[in-house]
Amino acid sequence: MTFRKYLVLAGMILFNALGDVALSHGMKKMGAIHAGRLTDALAAVFTPWVIVGILLLLAFFACYLTALSWADLSYVIPATALGYVVIALLSQWLLGETVTLTRWAGTLLVGGGVFFLARGPVLTVPEKPGEPAAALETES
Amino acid sequence: MKGLYTWAAIGLLVAASTAGDVLLSVAMKKIGDLGELRRGQGLGAVARRVFLQGAFWMGIACMTVAFFSLLVALSWADVSLVAPAATSLTFLTTALAAKLFLNENVDRRRWLSAVLVGVGVALLAW
Repeated sequence: MTFRKYLVLAGMILFNALGDVALSHGMKKMGAIHAGRLTDALAAVFTPWVIVGILLLLAFFACYLTALSWADLSYVIPATALGYVVIALLSQWLLGETVTLTRWAGTLLVGGGVFFLARGPVLTVPEKPGEPAAALETES
Repeated sequence: MKGLYTWAAIGLLVAASTAGDVLLSVAMKKIGDLGELRRGQGLGAVARRVFLQGAFWMGIACMTVAFFSLLVALSWADVSLVAPAATSLTFLTTALAAKLFLNENVDRRRWLSAVLVGVGVALLAW
């Protein structure tokens, strides 16, 4: 793994977490959408916080596609979970929310899971030698 | 009743996003390292290669379904339920799908990490 690739993963994690928060905030401001009026979900796309959320998620998507081009799906997906730890810590430190024992346990489990994952290989090496993926693996 | 709707939306979200992730992974693996491609041939070449992949557009279609299920679910329930519930399930379904459809080497390390992360995300939302 090169520094550049870690940057891509970091961007992916942050943009995903912040995008979710912005979307949630935007949808809460709109109120409940009823099953009979699903067009309301379309109207939601044009409210400011939802637009911010979508832009952040587009940035996430670019990082995510890049990561998938050189890493396994079963590596990239758990890595994104680190964003929830970031959100939990930020809301505790910046918004002064109370740190419950359950939240610390969740933070530790996610952090531990990602730490564990990061110590393994990034990409499944194909059996045939000389494949592009095999070359990538030796480079990283 | 609202709870049932919420879980139906979460179920659709998990299924659609897992299928989308698998398809996007197929598309990107066909192209190869996007970073290298961009440094060699520029961003335009990257966009062209990505947009020419059929699997990419099928993945986008699945992601669109997932996105609107997320919006609808979020309007019925808190993000602290929907996002972690959907993602914690998605960690397990993508690990399984990666093994079955992408032939990824999902070894004990990856399973353990998927389970730890899944349980951890659920606890964070408690």
